[in-house]
Amino acid sequence: MTLLAKNLTNGERELIAFRIGDQEFCVNVMSVREIRGWAPATPMPHAPQYVLGVINLRGAVLPIIDLSARLGMKPAEPTVRHVIIVTQVRNRVVGLLVEAVSDILTIKDEDIQPTPDMTSEFERTFARGILAIEGRMICLIELEAVFPHIESEAA
Amino acid sequence: MDMNEIKEIFFQECEEQLAELESGLLRLNDGDRDPETVNAVFRAVHSIKGGAGAFGLDDLVSFAHVFETTLDCVRSNKLEPNQDVLKVMLKSADVLADLTNVARDGGSVDQARSAQLIRELEALAKGEAPPAAAPVAAAPKAAPVAAAPAPVVSDDGFVPVAFSFDDFGDDDVSADLPAYDVVFKPKSELYTKGNEATLLLRDLSRLGEMSIHCNMDSLPPLDQMDPEAAYFSWKVSIKTDKGEDAVRSVFEFAEWDCDLEVAALESGDVAEATGDDLPMQPVPFDLSALDDELDAPLGVVEEEEQIAAVQEAVAAAEAASNVVQMAASASRGAASDKGAAAAAAQNNAQQASAAAPTIRVDLDRVDRLINLVGELVINQAMLSQSVIENDSNGVSSINMGLEELQQLTREIQDSVMAIRAQPVKPVFQRMARTVREIADITGKSVRLVTEGENTEVDKTVIDKLAEPLTHMIRNAVDHGLEMPEKRIAAGKNAEGTVKLTAKHRSGRIVIELSDDGAGINREKVRQKAIDNDLIAADANLSDEEIDNLIFHAGFSTADKVSDLSGRGVGMDVVKRSIQALGGRINISSKPGHGSVFTMSLPLTLAVLDGMVVTVAGQTLVVPLTAIVETLQPDAAAIHSFGATQRLISIRNSFCPLVDVGRILNFRATQANPVEGVALLVESEGGGQRALMVDAIQGQRQVVIKSLEANYTHVPGIAAATILGDGRVALILDVDAVVSASRGQSLHTETSLAAAG
Repeated sequence: MTLLAKNLTNGERELIAFRIGDQEFCVNVMSVREIRGWAPATPMPHAPQYVLGVINLRGAVLPIIDLSARLGMKPAEPTVRHVIIVTQVRNRVVGLLVEAVSDILTIKDEDIQPTPDMTSEFERTFARGILAIEGRMICLIELEAVFPHIESEAA
Repeated sequence: MDMNEIKEIFFQECEEQLAELESGLLRLNDGDRDPETVNAVFRAVHSIKGGAGAFGLDDLVSFAHVFETTLDCVRSNKLEPNQDVLKVMLKSADVLADLTNVARDGGSVDQARSAQLIRELEALAKGEAPPAAAPVAAAPKAAPVAAAPAPVVSDDGFVPVAFSFDDFGDDDVSADLPAYDVVFKPKSELYTKGNEATLLLRDLSRLGEMSIHCNMDSLPPLDQMDPEAAYFSWKVSIKTDKGEDAVRSVFEFAEWDCDLEVAALESGDVAEATGDDLPMQPVPFDLSALDDELDAPLGVVEEEEQIAAVQEAVAAAEAASNVVQMAASASRGAASDKGAAAAAAQNNAQQASAAAPTIRVDLDRVDRLINLVGELVINQAMLSQSVIENDSNGVSSINMGLEELQQLTREIQDSVMAIRAQPVKPVFQRMARTVREIADITGKSVRLVTEGENTEVDKTVIDKLAEPLTHMIRNAVDHGLEMPEKRIAAGKNAEGTVKLTAKHRSGRIVIELSDDGAGINREKVRQKAIDNDLIAADANLSDEEIDNLIFHAGFSTADKVSDLSGRGVGMDVVKRSIQALGGRINISSKPGHGSVFTMSLPLTLAVLDGMVVTVAGQTLVVPLTAIVETLQPDAAAIHSFGATQRLISIRNSFCPLVDVGRILNFRATQANPVEGVALLVESEGGGQRALMVDAIQGQRQVVIKSLEANYTHVPGIAAATILGDGRVALILDVDAVVSASRGQSLHTETSLAAAG
């Protein structure tokens, strides 16, 4: 955890990397509030398929998004080994269901490579860039792009 | 603390002062003549003026100043606060409130209106201001001679007050006036804070006759003098009927910055004091001497002299009658002083209790506390549940402790909720203003009677109550009450009465608005409903059903659309906003006797009594207020209707069955009604629906949690809550579900497809 306190100013940033299926993704640590285990969610009527429902996070009602389904992959089948990354996007707090948290990375801005042109429009809306770490490929996710529907539907 | 914060505090205080002002004026209007009430009113305006001056709010200051001047005339008994005067003053209070709002929020006020009121106030102030030289003390002596005092009628239409001479039990009222010795020694702080001894003394002089002596003994030689120090003190002897409090109140803004001694004098001292060094204006005529002459045997006095004396007496009497006016009110004040001594003591006691110490707290902080207590309640329920699950005996000491914890949390919850609870008084007071304005516009004479204005309810409810209530009051005055001529023709008092009451009833607040007007014209309502295609021309409706038609959208019975109401957005909006608060509204009307609207609202929006039900394996909460009854459907009572509709027959009437699970898309096919439970609910349209759920788990109070905070509004769901097992349960929006069952889609087709 000492890593977190270090060097956030000189172009370096901390990322939390997690796994969905055989792919790795990461988000900026600054938008992560906490990581907690899976708890059964209360399904919401008329919700998009990737919204698993809501859980009680110490008194607040927290919607849970199946990130796998949201990214257009196979819907997750939550088990006790799944984790929820509680993230804050603008004023809303949303839980992301992922398979496991794998790493905390400290990277420089220049380490982020642009997403290749070949990817489809769909992937490019979520992917801010890709990282090459120890021979692995990790996709940096743009959280704002994951939940734009919340804003539009509220209107 | 920056200027804006100070300003914000000033405006908050203004609100309180305005409320104080209005309630004081209303008390005066009801015949209260307690000088303390007048003082309170005066102080309110004075404080607003003072604060406004500090912030350079010139409009506010100038209006408050005129208002204050007129109030001062009332305070010094120069102006009798009769109905006409109070009418102007109440309007002025409204304008003052408007000006305050404008000063805070921007915008503009009706300049013509405030200018008009300023003129009226000035006229009142000038109207009976008596010649400054005429001392009050002379009047009572003059009065008995002025057997038929010429009524003093001023150009400004001042109505003289009839008074009885019996009031003057004692000829020498002035001797009866209590006298006070006031020693006033300002400290230099008084001057540094911008106070001025001259002004204070001038204010003091308005209370009654006084003599004043300036003590300059402590003035040092010029070379030793500190220009900013205070060296003078004043010794004042004053005779006033307003009591020691009035004397002290003159110095109330300065009392920390001066040495003030106020001592009541014995009557013997008074004579001495007044005799010795009163530099008062001399009394222009001596009537006691005149009396003596008149009483003297005719033979002793020359006839000419007598005539001259009589003429002199008449002249004196006429002169005196000018002051009789104020003497009358003065003596009345004195009389009521004696009579109301006990009452005053009681008043003081009331004030003491009203002035219980309070603090201002940010609403956010209170809300946070309420949230935390909500958590505590949930946690405590979770704890009990897990203890019960793990403890098979059920009589362990843990259980005992848990029970106590439960009681404690309940108590904490109640106390925290009480913090948010506020009396409905401010809203009711605002209604008084609405009534005045509408009565003015419509030319009707209306009296608003309020009851139970100290009934407390959650602040959120109060805030949201004002709008529908204003609307209903407008309706009541505009449509409900008849014009005065009509009322008289119907054998009623020309003045209509609108009554607003609030009371607690079984955990809810019930607000009743009744008028003694014509009541609902059912024929007209019915015809209108037929014209607007709301009902069939041959529909057979009960009186109650007809009355309830006015809650339909687009319904207005006023013959012509007025500025006030009758734009067809009336009662349906009211009903919807009341329902949005979790309340219900009912009307009952008696032709010729008026209508009564009854609203029943929850005391708080933070908790809700709900029925916990199971639908397709999910736990839902249905607000208890929506449920009329629950029943176990019989197979024989279920009738298919068309392709998908089903009706249930309840006591020979048919009611559509709504499968909640299907509407919320929890299941793909309709459930078998016989296996479930039907909740008979009443919805917005007034119609009844039977909501099908799988099972009822029980009834409980739940803490309402927002879904919108982190997610978005979900059609058919009002909010969420957290149950004892820590899981989130959704609270059903009964109205939305019912309207969805009418075929209106609950949600867009695309998301239904996505969810399916």
